Amino acid sequence: MKINQKIFLQFGICIILFCLIGILINNLTVNLIRTGLGFNFSWLFKPASFALAEHPLPYTSSDSYAWALFIGWLNSLKVIVSSLILATFLGTIIAFARTGKNSLLGLISAAYITIIRQTPLLLQLMFWYFVGFLGLKDNMFIHIKNIFNITNQGIDFSGLFFSSEFLALSLGLSIFTSAYIAEVIRGGIISVSRGQWEAFRSLGLSERKGLIRIILPQALPAIIPGLTSQYLNLAKNSTLAIAVGYSDIYAINDTIINQTGRAIECFIILLFSFLLLNLLITNTMEIINRLILNSQKHT
Amino acid sequence: MEPIVIAKNLTKSYTKGLRALDNVSLTVNQGKVLVVMGPSGSGKSTLIRTFNGLETFDRGELSILGIKVNSTPDERKIQKIRRRVGMVFQQFNLFPHLSILENITLAPVHVQKRRQIEAEEYGMFLLSQMGIDSHAKKYPSQLSGGEQQRVAIARALALKPELLLFDEPTSALDPERINEVLDAMRRLAEQGMTMVVVTHEIGFAKDVSDQVLFMDSGKVIETSPPSIFFSNARHERSRKFLNQLDNH
Repeated sequence: MKINQKIFLQFGICIILFCLIGILINNLTVNLIRTGLGFNFSWLFKPASFALAEHPLPYTSSDSYAWALFIGWLNSLKVIVSSLILATFLGTIIAFARTGKNSLLGLISAAYITIIRQTPLLLQLMFWYFVGFLGLKDNMFIHIKNIFNITNQGIDFSGLFFSSEFLALSLGLSIFTSAYIAEVIRGGIISVSRGQWEAFRSLGLSERKGLIRIILPQALPAIIPGLTSQYLNLAKNSTLAIAVGYSDIYAINDTIINQTGRAIECFIILLFSFLLLNLLITNTMEIINRLILNSQKHT
Repeated sequence: MEPIVIAKNLTKSYTKGLRALDNVSLTVNQGKVLVVMGPSGSGKSTLIRTFNGLETFDRGELSILGIKVNSTPDERKIQKIRRRVGMVFQQFNLFPHLSILENITLAPVHVQKRRQIEAEEYGMFLLSQMGIDSHAKKYPSQLSGGEQQRVAIARALALKPELLLFDEPTSALDPERINEVLDAMRRLAEQGMTMVVVTHEIGFAKDVSDQVLFMDSGKVIETSPPSIFFSNARHERSRKFLNQLDNH
């Protein structure tokens, strides 16, 4: 293609893009005028006047919308971080079982991955909530020396309280994501040459030790990028909290839209909340990636 | 004294009908060097890899250092053998993320549970024997092929093995780097190490080996002392193979 043609093509695409954005902005202003609300954020500091079941920091219904949103963001962060840790842990174990020598374990983990990956996440969350944790409330009251208590609100683990909603969401997200993480880790493990396995086996190292000390460190550079995108998916999937009634940022946004009608502003806030969350994850992973690559410069 | 390696009628097929090992029998006594020769695909590598359990076999009997190995592998027995048998590979297979010294101390510390300092001291001694102690802090990729293979030998020696297996240790090396590895192996043989070596190096086989075992299509064609094998091989197939080697 000639340079003239290229410039012409790019220019054309730019014009189309500007037109599309122009139409969107026009629609927006027309709609805002029609509702008579205008575009502003001052409502954020009015009292929210709704209750929140879970709040890591003090919150009452007389607190502002802004504070309610921040609490929601913290709730999201809490469920994302805990699921992220649990999913990584589970995924690693499943990947090890899948690549290991034990054929029964291999079969079980393959079945696990298949079932989890081929059913919708929403369905799984419903399952954990209605079958797993909601049932707890009515049927079982277990108290073990006041360290581990199941009450009608959730689980109390030596003073740390986890609601049924949080547990269902966190477990559901962890199990769902762990199947994908297991495949990412398995891919990394397979990428290490067979000679490395033979070398550590010849030295009398056990499979577990060899995997941890020899194979995994060499597999990490291939694992990290895939792991990052799974973490980002997990963060975004956490918005399904609304299905089990957990008050994450999305659920609280939803309530606020219903109360105030400020859909546009709320979606902008939601957009930036997730941008912030995901930038946090991406940057942390980028730092980890660089640390690993630096420590393995010589390879 | 009991032989180090006794194999009787070892048979293995990867695919039905095609035999990687076909009734292979051999004995290696303490302090002896057995060289295994043969064209590629003749089963040499498969044979020595059964000696430390990297390969299984379908039928036959195998005894390594008095430990009986069955066709259905017993992990604990294999583990016991691996702690007493060293192996050196064609592609070195050093651990790229560990330094030279860490490569060597890994097994003594994590398998034999020796103290780190003790393992490092012995590791440095082995490296100086191989003439590469100045590279201890470097990483495998910073070394030449010949140096890497000498590190691999030192790593195999770190567990104080009673048997050393070499799977084509010089085949991946530049021609001018071959001798430094062969010299290290010669010194080990002189020190009385029991060795089984798969190699095409005729000079090494002539000087160092006590027996040459020639294989083709999974079968042992002949086992002779090097003096006979290289001058007056008993079998037509062996002579044909040697002729081809000479022409290269």
